[in-house]
Amino acid sequence: MRLLEHQCKQLLGRYGIPFTTPHLATTVEEAEAAFIALNCPAVMKAQVPFGGRGKLGAVRVITSPAEAIQHARDLLGMEIRGYPVSTITLEPKATFTQEYYVGIAWDLRKRQPVAIFNPAGGIEVESGVGQAAQRAFDPRTPLTPYQGRELAAQGGLAGRELVLVGSAIAALSQAFLELDALTLEINPIVVTVENKLLGLDAHVELDDDAAYRLQDFLADLGEIPRTSGNRLPTAIEEEAARIDASDHRGVAGRLVEFPGDLALLIGGGGASLTVFDAVLRHGGQPANYCEIGGNPTSEKVAALTQLLLSKPGVRHLAVIMNVVNNTRADVMAHGVIQGIRAAGLEPSRVLSVFRIPGSWEDEATAFLRENGVTALGREVSLDAAAALAVQHSRP
Amino acid sequence: MPLPPSPCNIPAPDFAMLISPEDKILVQGITGREASEMVAEALAYGSKVVAGVTPGKGGQVVHGVPVYDTVQAAVAAHQPTVTVVSVPAAGVRDAAMESFAHGITLCLIMSERIPRRDTACLVAAARESGCTVIGPNTLGLIRPGVAKLGTIGGRVDNVRKSFLPGRVAILSRSGGMTTEIASFLTSRGIGQSIAIGVGGDPIIGSNFTDLIRQLETDESTDSVVIYGEPGGTAEEELSDHLKAHGTRLRIHAFLSGRFVDDMEGVRFGHAAVMVENGRGSVKEKAICLREAGVRVVERFDDILEGLS
Repeated sequence: MRLLEHQCKQLLGRYGIPFTTPHLATTVEEAEAAFIALNCPAVMKAQVPFGGRGKLGAVRVITSPAEAIQHARDLLGMEIRGYPVSTITLEPKATFTQEYYVGIAWDLRKRQPVAIFNPAGGIEVESGVGQAAQRAFDPRTPLTPYQGRELAAQGGLAGRELVLVGSAIAALSQAFLELDALTLEINPIVVTVENKLLGLDAHVELDDDAAYRLQDFLADLGEIPRTSGNRLPTAIEEEAARIDASDHRGVAGRLVEFPGDLALLIGGGGASLTVFDAVLRHGGQPANYCEIGGNPTSEKVAALTQLLLSKPGVRHLAVIMNVVNNTRADVMAHGVIQGIRAAGLEPSRVLSVFRIPGSWEDEATAFLRENGVTALGREVSLDAAAALAVQHSRP
Repeated sequence: MPLPPSPCNIPAPDFAMLISPEDKILVQGITGREASEMVAEALAYGSKVVAGVTPGKGGQVVHGVPVYDTVQAAVAAHQPTVTVVSVPAAGVRDAAMESFAHGITLCLIMSERIPRRDTACLVAAARESGCTVIGPNTLGLIRPGVAKLGTIGGRVDNVRKSFLPGRVAILSRSGGMTTEIASFLTSRGIGQSIAIGVGGDPIIGSNFTDLIRQLETDESTDSVVIYGEPGGTAEEELSDHLKAHGTRLRIHAFLSGRFVDDMEGVRFGHAAVMVENGRGSVKEKAICLREAGVRVVERFDDILEGLS
């Protein structure tokens, strides 16, 4: 899960990393009042869970109440990658001499977290990554302040900056482990003209799989945004996620919408990718990607099938899985047929392909035959099944 | 299509990578729904499951296998060296640590949706205690005709239909694709020495490179089929290893998920499958692997070419 900037600052602030407290505004009037209260040049930012906001026009410098009104009206009406801006923040515009990047991420090769310090922070950090200093560390122990200072020194810092940045790196490593983060970034973190360290922007992504133990940390942050990659999930994607969450057994609902007319129910994890590639290669137009696996209940499969068929323009459904292990082919068959019937449709017309060989396949094949559907066996490869699905779905 | 010839005449290898016929197996979380089904299948296939552990349920029996409260007690009574962990995600780190503390040398973790930090911590601990970890988020591994760990292959009739003893190893980031590939090879009479679902998470105990290193000295293996996906660094790391050290093995790779390359930041299928900041694309992985001498195929059906 990705947090909004003001949530990131609130969360990381608890670890002693210095930020100014942003004023939140959800209306133009609140924005104007916040600016008057600040009584100094300010930065206004749209709160959306994506990076690169400067380039998207979501960051404005404000020097008068009239500008506050104008820019607040502008930003609060914006949609950024489908995400409507409902909250903006105002904070004093900082005057600084140096800007740095500090961040922590996972080094997948080392299988350890890695702290990164880049003496050239700001929007150019992407291009300057080569000069960053890095230090991987044990996932069981955060970095100590001296290790933070070593990293800062390696990045070319000295004097007061070295001490301040070193402490911030140590604090950030503690936050990273405690919060089950996937990514933590403060960019830029600056030394102000008052010679103080100050984080100006922060980015936090936490591990969804650790959500169950993060409740206390997230309790007072307000609503955590839901995202699908770099955009907002669609209504069908939201509904599929709800179906998947309705029962912990098996995966049935990791759905991503596509613009085509051929609905896909494919799995498991690897075969879903293989089949989706093959459908595209054979000229098919998928209406969705949707993964199933881990032996979901027939109720979940039925609800998902019905949802896929509810999408306007969808005429056919292809059900393709690898030779199944722990997923039962017969349970899948029952769910799919039930879902098609619940949508008021005829299985033999809607199903362009049903291919789930493996455990309990004989039972599945017999049940499908009773419903007028011929199941394909393992002798039809994933690629061939995808080709047939495309061929049978042509009008 | 005719079924593949059953019990084939290739003798079981005397040196066995990871699992040999004599290995005694422990199952942690044995009283769970999935684990208990898995035990029935594993026993039917001939795996030596000797004990189970579920804290608080010591004294029960699952498919004839005695259940203990602690790994300590199970080890004292039965001396298992291998464990299969199938406990809820929140308990995985503790269960794995418990097995390391009592001399388990192979720990296969089936559970999925484990917090990444927990996986990293248990992998670090496993290195210190000298235990090999397979997974998390794996369906398991199988030496056809010898033994299987985990739910790989599912019901025993499907296992026998899908896997055939032979000399090709399968290493796969997907459990389902492990069986799909094996079944495809088996249908053409090509047997497998070992098939391993390495796990679908970004951090796993044994990646392609770790396992290829072991296969170098596995006399029962001539060739390897690798199934790779977008995201992570497993394929790139293997390429670097092969460029630096070479290999006696003939390695084929099938990579899926090309469409993911154009969908930065969206996760598909396994937890590890995501292209981030332009890194981890299938296109890049294919280039790396080809440079390292791996035969990369774009279509699943082409996996067979050059294998026999």
